[in-house]
Amino acid sequence: MIAADFNYEAPTSLDEAFTLLRKYGDEAKILSGGHSLIPMMKLRFASPECIIDINNIPGLSDITREGDIMKIGALVREAQVEHAAELLEHFPIFADVTKLIADPQVRNMGTVGGNLAHGDAANDHPAVMMALRASVVIAGADGTRVVPIDEFFFGFYSTAIQPDEILTEIQIPMPSPYTGSAYHKLERKVGDYATAGVAVQLTIDANGICTYAGIGLTNVNPLPMRAARSEEALVGKKITDETIAEAARYASDDCNPSADLRGDVEYKRAMVGVLTKRMIHKAAQRAVA
Amino acid sequence: MAATTPAADTAQKQAITLKVNRKTYKLDVEPRETLLDVLRERLDLTGSKKGCDHGQCGACTVHVDGRTANACLLLAVMQQGREITTIEGIAPGGKTNGQERLHPLQAAFIKHDGLQCGYCTPGQIMSGVAVLRDGHADSPAEIREWMSGNICRCGAYAGIVAAIESVKKGDTIG
Ligand SMILES: Cc1cc2nc3c(=O)[nH]c(=O)nc-3n(C[C@H](O)[C@H](O)[C@H](O)COP(=O)(O)OP(=O)(O)OC[C@H]3O[C@@H](n4cnc5c(N)ncnc54)[C@H](O)[C@@H]3O)c2cc1C
Ligand code: FES
Ligand code: FES
Repeated sequence: MIAADFNYEAPTSLDEAFTLLRKYGDEAKILSGGHSLIPMMKLRFASPECIIDINNIPGLSDITREGDIMKIGALVREAQVEHAAELLEHFPIFADVTKLIADPQVRNMGTVGGNLAHGDAANDHPAVMMALRASVVIAGADGTRVVPIDEFFFGFYSTAIQPDEILTEIQIPMPSPYTGSAYHKLERKVGDYATAGVAVQLTIDANGICTYAGIGLTNVNPLPMRAARSEEALVGKKITDETIAEAARYASDDCNPSADLRGDVEYKRAMVGVLTKRMIHKAAQRAVA
Repeated sequence: MAATTPAADTAQKQAITLKVNRKTYKLDVEPRETLLDVLRERLDLTGSKKGCDHGQCGACTVHVDGRTANACLLLAVMQQGREITTIEGIAPGGKTNGQERLHPLQAAFIKHDGLQCGYCTPGQIMSGVAVLRDGHADSPAEIREWMSGNICRCGAYAGIVAAIESVKKGDTIG
């Protein structure tokens, strides 16, 4: 199917983009990689009057560290993440997740910013950013605001980004020493969205006590979900088979999956439990390695 | 906010310049036209195939600035200034013994039965060329992983992996 007709604009600065967003209001859609937007337009789930291609705006494609913060530009492609040495060194979770997002062709185009801005709990970056307690920088004509990831997702395809705003950057706090992170998703085949996915980041101190836990869940809840009770079950305790089992049970109980071709509710809850256990183990191993 | 420019039937065609297989083409396109449709319908480059039109099968794989992409999810208006290569552009040109010379991977697909109906083949070869060039062909498992964006409905996977491996080992060059 062919998308409905639209006007195409390719601003070369953020200011120019803001002017266009003002002009078209919510009839405009921003295009980054286009790998979620264009399929939706072909299915006529979206028929924007104007596409604002932000790929020609400079300065949105870098991964840089500034002091305690790792910054990922909104237009950083998944394929770029695969080679970002400093990011991967501190956050091995990104090596896990990019490999699991779609396939090489999609990863050459799809952006991290678009993956979040799409506002879909089936995408993999939302849960990862929850585990890392990232923030999202949203810019508009009147300035920028930094929104914690927990306040970013509003509903199905709906986020904190207003029609006249652009997501420009993701900011991730640098981890303390002895931190590890891991992600895995169960998929029916390569390129499929998750049946269930679990992202974990843990910090473990010299006495073996967990001092930080971040756990995010993919595609088992209407919104990307923080497994808050699971995190609480770990922080302040030693990571043992018992604490891990408790955390896994909470994640499995607290999520709210829906039955679909990928499995029924009971199965998905069970898989959340299994993956939570495995990712806690993996993150803990990486934390002390 | 009310839109000032209703797009429904007035969206302007845009004059663009596309560089495909080292040739330059000037044409007017609607913004909604995908690169795949422009290649096939306007430039008569029908080697790139339309399998799903949704980025799921890889039959439309081309190279954009040397990297694989699904042409069905790219807007043609966005490709100005980029180097696009399709299956029609990878053979070295010329003839040997009256036969058109092929890219080594094309020859290897024939030798190793890397196809049955052939519909997925142009996309498979475009991905295979990138896999070889980017150094992702060190083992059958690695080849399978990096070829995972290309589906073969006929299940010629064993031959496809063998073809890529053979070019990696250098025994079908020429
Ligand atoms: C076959 C296939 C399989 C896939 N499998 C997976 C998978 O397993 N896991 C996964 O996570 N994803 C998957 N994806 C989605 C892919 O990762 C998308 O690229 C990603 O979801 C969106 O990124 P994009 O840059 O393409 O965004 P676009 O499609 O350009 O945009 C998506 C949405 O976000 C908005 N937007 C984009 N950028 C901005 C911005 N900077 N500011 C404000 N709004 C913005 C757009 O207006 C649009 O509404 C798959 C896609 C395909 C085609
Ligand atoms: S036709 Fe483009 S991926 Fe299937
Ligand atoms: S050869 Fe028929 S689809 Fe691959």
